[in-house]
Amino acid sequence: MAAAMPLALLVLLLLGRRGWCLAEPPRDSLREELVITPLPSGDVAATFQFRTRWDSELQREGGLSVLLKADRLFHTSYHSQAVHIRPVCRNARCTSISWELRQTLSVVFDAFITGQGKKDWSLFRMFSRTLTEPCPLASESRVYVDITNYNQDNETLEVNPPPTTTYQDVILGTRKIYAIYDLLDTAMINNSRNLNIQLKWKRPPENEAPPVPFLHAQRYVSGYGLQKGELSTLLYNTHPYRAFPVLLLDTVPWYLRLYVHTLTITSKGKENKPSYIHYQPAQDRLQPHLLEMLIQLPANSVTKVSIQFERALLKWTEYTPDPNHGFYVSPSVLSALVPSVVAAKPVDWEESPLFNSLFPVSDGSNYFVRLYTEPLLVNLPTPDFSMPYNVICLTCTVVAVCYGSFYNLLTRTFHIEEPRTGGLAKRLANLIRRARGVPPL
Amino acid sequence: MGLLSDPVRRRALARLVLRLNAPLWALPVAWLERTMRSVGLEVYTQSFSRKLPFPDETHERYMVSGTNVYGILRAPRAASTESLVLTVPCGSDSTNSQAVGLLLALAAHFRGQIYWAKDIIFLVTEHDLLGTEAWLEAYHDVNVTGMQSSPLQGRAGAIQAAVALELSSDVVTSLDVAVEGLNGQLPNLDLLNLFQTFCQKGGLLCTLQGKLQPQDWTSLDGPLQGLQTLLLMVLRQASGRPHGSHGLFLRYRVEALTLRGINSFRQYKYDLVAVGKALEGMFRKLNHLLERLHQSFFLYLLPALSRFVSIGLYMPAAGFLLLVLGLKALELWMQLHEAEVGVEEPGGAPGPSVPLPPSQGVGLASLVAPLLISQAMGLALYVLPVLGQHVATQHFPVAEAEAVVLTLLAIYAAGLALPHNTHRVVSTQAPDRGWMALKLVALIYLALQLGCIALTNFSLGFLLATTMVPAAALAKPHGPRTLYAALLVLTSPAATLLGSLFLWRELQEAPLSLAEGWQLFLAALAQGVLEHHTYGALLFPLLSLGLYPCWLLFWNVLFWK
Repeated sequence: MAAAMPLALLVLLLLGRRGWCLAEPPRDSLREELVITPLPSGDVAATFQFRTRWDSELQREGGLSVLLKADRLFHTSYHSQAVHIRPVCRNARCTSISWELRQTLSVVFDAFITGQGKKDWSLFRMFSRTLTEPCPLASESRVYVDITNYNQDNETLEVNPPPTTTYQDVILGTRKIYAIYDLLDTAMINNSRNLNIQLKWKRPPENEAPPVPFLHAQRYVSGYGLQKGELSTLLYNTHPYRAFPVLLLDTVPWYLRLYVHTLTITSKGKENKPSYIHYQPAQDRLQPHLLEMLIQLPANSVTKVSIQFERALLKWTEYTPDPNHGFYVSPSVLSALVPSVVAAKPVDWEESPLFNSLFPVSDGSNYFVRLYTEPLLVNLPTPDFSMPYNVICLTCTVVAVCYGSFYNLLTRTFHIEEPRTGGLAKRLANLIRRARGVPPL
Repeated sequence: MGLLSDPVRRRALARLVLRLNAPLWALPVAWLERTMRSVGLEVYTQSFSRKLPFPDETHERYMVSGTNVYGILRAPRAASTESLVLTVPCGSDSTNSQAVGLLLALAAHFRGQIYWAKDIIFLVTEHDLLGTEAWLEAYHDVNVTGMQSSPLQGRAGAIQAAVALELSSDVVTSLDVAVEGLNGQLPNLDLLNLFQTFCQKGGLLCTLQGKLQPQDWTSLDGPLQGLQTLLLMVLRQASGRPHGSHGLFLRYRVEALTLRGINSFRQYKYDLVAVGKALEGMFRKLNHLLERLHQSFFLYLLPALSRFVSIGLYMPAAGFLLLVLGLKALELWMQLHEAEVGVEEPGGAPGPSVPLPPSQGVGLASLVAPLLISQAMGLALYVLPVLGQHVATQHFPVAEAEAVVLTLLAIYAAGLALPHNTHRVVSTQAPDRGWMALKLVALIYLALQLGCIALTNFSLGFLLATTMVPAAALAKPHGPRTLYAALLVLTSPAATLLGSLFLWRELQEAPLSLAEGWQLFLAALAQGVLEHHTYGALLFPLLSLGLYPCWLLFWNVLFWK
């Protein structure tokens, strides 16, 4: 029953129609937020969040959702959507519950595709729309722009219109400063004024390699050929002095037969024994391999986890229609508590901006990160699917021609047939023939 | 007389140059990195180093170290599971700088498009094929040839196809395509058809083996030109060399081609925009691939760009040649049995007390010695030249490469003197049966080897079969010995190599004089040994460990006393 509620809500949301609003919706039911983070390479990451609390459905009109236009959003280089539904208490004693729906859309705009290589951006260039009015149903409608790395005295960049307030917090272990544009403030937007946030670089940034996060990972298949290979995962810990543990979860399909005795973990050239290993072997066609390890990553190092496998030959009805495309191996999941550079205070989730809750912090000295490596494509040995047809043609021809002839030679018998004197019809015919003068049969 | 004729001074100078190891031209790595990054690619570098077994006179290098630079164009909203490669191999003399310019222009153009479903890797390698091999080995995390290369930091999933580009000038009159790869491997014919489609679409002049496409197939000219192109392809495939960096990709199951821009004396020239358009078209088509290229043939011979000969048509030819060996072996077997039966019968008639001569036992024992000796000669031919080069340079005033080649030839010729020595070891009981048994074993050995070679590299198998099979079938101690000896020498593997070099240059309409041919032959020997050690080419071990001992057995048969 409790599970059916959010499912029904989800269905209602997906099938929702415009204008289905309550007569008197409470003003603090909808919060919408847009966080814009310029990346050092010139790309821009934009994250929309809409949080709704209600007893029945609400529709949004205006506000930030005017920016959600499909043709621009699908010219991005990355996008991800998330929906979270959870029950929340309505009062302090939790006597009644309402449902909270949070919808998130994250996109990364590519400077080379949208901006033609120029690093300046504006809302109009990204979304081909500007913000005209706040959503009438929203209690909070804000745009946050990340201006951390840049000087406040406008030496390197200029944000237009200049922000009235800023917000500081520790996100992902570093201190960040955000410029706030409140859409509910009539000084920002009113009927005669649109909000088009622009960013111009006074001095273009140099082409240097982008900064790397403290934890990142890479996965690839080593070896070549269709018989065996090796799955290698590289875990990078770029923190200068702190080591931290990482939980690595691998789900490998059954047709890559792993040899667990070849599992090697090396950090800085030396063997690194994991503190915890859980391995569940695969069963053919039933369940995949499950390998879970807790690995301690030394500071400023690269750890390589590798395991050899053999590619299995599937039964020929188990192949997909495009077997030469390859078969996918799902990404490994890394979960870690990465140490922060700056200690964060746990904040009240009600008062803080919505995007704070994307990176939950319980203990101020580190933050939780879940990473997914890239998925892999491996080729399995593929038979020639035209062979059954060829074999049938050949065997049938051989059987028909050779066996048929042999059978005839071996079993055909000849016997002499006595000529019969003839029946009634023959005698009658002979009579007529004699009458005509023609030789008889 | 001079500085280099004194071996001591020569060695000192060589050591000095090697220690300096200053490259005359190096890849501008920092500039490439900056430019690729400004175009919008993810740029990584990789360094590699390798000490060749002996100095390479053709490319003038011995201790090679370099850096490869590659930039990855990540496809938008894709998971980086598949990728395509555009590679430009840069040699030690900047002959391929125009191609680097075209690569950067293509990268800048591709970066602004939204239709890419696979990542594209733009690779610039140093020391052409050595850098490509280092990159491929590091990408697939294997160590096949003993190259020391730093691990790669950026990858893009499984490589589906690759195109290598070589341009010598900024205007081209024609585009030449090379398909033969390492050990005679060929890419899927679909990739060649793709190139040919874009040649026709763009109106570019495309050549195969440097020859234009014959226009009329009805008169005799067309088929004759097709035959020349076919023979050129057979010779190139038989040599087992990677003719371009695409040849090294094929081992890793990546279909690859090399496109060469030729600037000849024609009047109509195409600029790089036309070449770029053809490349863009090829990459857009490869982008649409749902599966790896596998639909078309992997084994074929090309008389022209638009025609091919499939394996079903050409394999029976090799089969019939090997059948000759099989039939000859059968005949020898029957003769051996008749001789045995003939020997037994008169011995059986007088009575069982007459002991039968232990003919079979002697036959087998007398076989082992020639087999072992010729195999040992083959092993010496394989191992000694590279191992003994330092000893040779100490005693003779030659460079290391020359020492290797001369040792090769010396051991080869020494094998010719063997039969006069082996007979002191072998007993001479039943001399007639001995050579028949040896020839039987040698025929079967040759047939097995040629059969295996023809399956993997048809051109090499067929070429060796056409030359060695007649001589092998005819070799016997009776009859005109000098004639048979001359025939056997002329069809030995080394003579086949020499002959095919002359034929190759003849077909390319650049015939060689005898002296030039000999120099080219020596260079080819050195290159063959080097490529075996640097890329894993199999021609040198096949000839030295497999076919040369077999040929020595026939030589033994011929000089049987």
